[in-house]
Amino acid sequence: MRVTFPHMGNLWISLKAMLTYLGVQVIVPPPCNKQALQAGAKWAPEFACLPLKLNLGNFIQAREMGADTIVMAGGCGPCRFGYYAQVEHVILHDLGYNYQLVVMEPPEKHIGELLQRIKYITGQNSWWQVMQGIRFGFRKACLVDQLEKRAFYLRPREKRSGSTDKALQEALATVDAASNWRELEQAKHQAMQRLDEVKTVQRPVLRVALIGEIYTLLEPFANLELEKRLGEMGVEVDRSIYLSEWINDHLFLGLVRGMRSSKAFSQAAAPYLAHFVGGHGQESVGSAVYYARQGYDGAIHVLPFTCMPEIVAMGILPRVSQGTGLPVMSLIVDEHSGAAGVQTRLEAFVDLLARQKRHKGAFA
Amino acid sequence: MSVKVGIPRALLYYHYYPQWYTFFDQLQVTVVVSPPTNKHILEQGIAYCLDEACLPVKVAFGHLAQLADQVDFIFLPRLVSVFPREYICPKFLGLPEMVRHSGLPLPPLLVPAINTYRRQSDLMAAFQQLGNTLGRPDGQVRKAARLAQQVQQEYEKLLLAGWLPEQASRLLLGRQAQEQQVRLATELSPSSPPEAPEQGKGRIAIIGHPYLVYDSYLNMNLLQKLTRRQWPVAVVEQVSSTEIQKQTARLPKKIFWTLGRLLIGAGYHFLSAPHVAGLIHLSSFACGPDALIGELIASQARNCPGKPFMNIVIDEHSGEAGLLTRLEAFLDMVTIAGGRAGASA
Ligand code: SF4
Ligand code: SF4
Repeated sequence: MRVTFPHMGNLWISLKAMLTYLGVQVIVPPPCNKQALQAGAKWAPEFACLPLKLNLGNFIQAREMGADTIVMAGGCGPCRFGYYAQVEHVILHDLGYNYQLVVMEPPEKHIGELLQRIKYITGQNSWWQVMQGIRFGFRKACLVDQLEKRAFYLRPREKRSGSTDKALQEALATVDAASNWRELEQAKHQAMQRLDEVKTVQRPVLRVALIGEIYTLLEPFANLELEKRLGEMGVEVDRSIYLSEWINDHLFLGLVRGMRSSKAFSQAAAPYLAHFVGGHGQESVGSAVYYARQGYDGAIHVLPFTCMPEIVAMGILPRVSQGTGLPVMSLIVDEHSGAAGVQTRLEAFVDLLARQKRHKGAFA
Repeated sequence: MSVKVGIPRALLYYHYYPQWYTFFDQLQVTVVVSPPTNKHILEQGIAYCLDEACLPVKVAFGHLAQLADQVDFIFLPRLVSVFPREYICPKFLGLPEMVRHSGLPLPPLLVPAINTYRRQSDLMAAFQQLGNTLGRPDGQVRKAARLAQQVQQEYEKLLLAGWLPEQASRLLLGRQAQEQQVRLATELSPSSPPEAPEQGKGRIAIIGHPYLVYDSYLNMNLLQKLTRRQWPVAVVEQVSSTEIQKQTARLPKKIFWTLGRLLIGAGYHFLSAPHVAGLIHLSSFACGPDALIGELIASQARNCPGKPFMNIVIDEHSGEAGLLTRLEAFLDMVTIAGGRAGASA
């Protein structure tokens, strides 16, 4: 059995860690790239959302590398993610790719179904070992998030352009390479140190929050490297969703203490949207309120074309913007999005934020 | 003067109008329905709704605008779930807020949450809430709600027997309601019972959401175009719930969208039904659920070469000429595939 899974930013580091810890043979698809997108967009329904198209591309590429089993998450609606796996499977099957599909999701009948699926993948390992594997993967997810946050701070302040990215890539590779707990502790120090080597200069920066749909927030290929672009423009970003927080919210049901939870966002949404709308639509509205309270200079709402929950949010965000004074720009991405267009829009938005800040006298 | 409540002729109006009408009528509330979609309604919808929304949602905004200065309240339920363990579409969940924050000047909205995700009986709670908002005593509300649900059952029976929604509404609700209803979209006279849906070989099945299939402005008279060419149609509402259940049981995972489940169940049924010669999936540009549902039906249709299948996608820019060309080509294909039996004679 050679297991693959879809990409979503640095999720692969964590998943790979968990599975290899348990002795499962893993095939990580090539990072999301143009070929994957082209293949995915060719075979996926036209109006499917971008994540589905990229997933499909990942699976096609992984198949060519010898993968034969797909592991992915599922759900029970109302957003489309809950039916992704099945539709992707049908498309792959019609293309002649015979994958074994294992979907991890809330079971329809009883919890035994889910446990059975986990056992299918993890084989001879005891439940205790499985728990350790999950812990190991989660630990890596936490580390990755820490490194990314550090990079968000460094990018707008780096002395030599590109030095943060280089350091971040090396740091992530160090974390990926650690194959047991002892190595992971060492990797942590090395990785942090690597980022601390980035030389910075103190300069005034703008603070912009990235909010919206989880996949397009976490996958740089999907959002045309939004974080990097903004960093280069002298913007310090924060993201409304980090992988470790998402895992804690959805898989551990908030058991890990001291982590930010998306619940706070749904609560903050109340004056504008008091009902869940699937996906992270309500959280998107709430996170705008939250970041406005935190004194951010602006927010960028990222969503895939045809994403239902985020279209609801998009219809409401102008009101949030009016009510809180936080400028919000929506960025819809799909396979036709071009880097040049995105760059121009980002520059215009950042300009506007800088002007507003100068106007308030808060920007030297 | 009694209280006037407006109901937009949009979205699930086509599924629930007799029920909603009966409930309000029993509480001595006057119901005003917006007129059938027309150019002006569509334009207003486009003006007030965000560009990225799908056509049916935009059109709903237009219908709301129509009612704005005619009524005391507008009925805009939050349709969370109308069937246990299922949803309609995320946009239905957030529609009330999308409307509230759109800048559309409207009278107060009545927004009961209709949520039968846990159990069907929770529908009663929504009616209670609605009745209380209108200041009616509990007993009267309960009675009205019960009658409304009975009427709904009758309505669904009529649909199953082959009546189209507006005809069935008219039959059920009688004269009083008739005045509110505008002329029917089809050429069938509402007084003559329809041909049994399973009869008449060579039907074209239309698989689509009710707000596209029965809005003849949006679909550019698709149903009429077919009946004029002597192609009787078959629609989703004519497939029994047991049959839908049987067909969807073949799926590896339960479909959690009500409309999507009906579409797939009906689609699979029509693919194997001898009275159906071809299938048209009518969907709207960028519809979320349909992107996936359509793929599942299309994949199945590829294995039924004798049954031509076509997807028609409509949006506010769709032109009638394009539709006609595609329709003619499709009907030619159906004829070649041998589906014309009975109809052309
Ligand atoms: S949240 Fe949006 S992009 Fe993600 S699966 Fe749902 S509809 Fe698609
Ligand atoms: S189901 Fe499709 S057409 Fe209906 S509201 Fe949702 S996206 Fe729009």
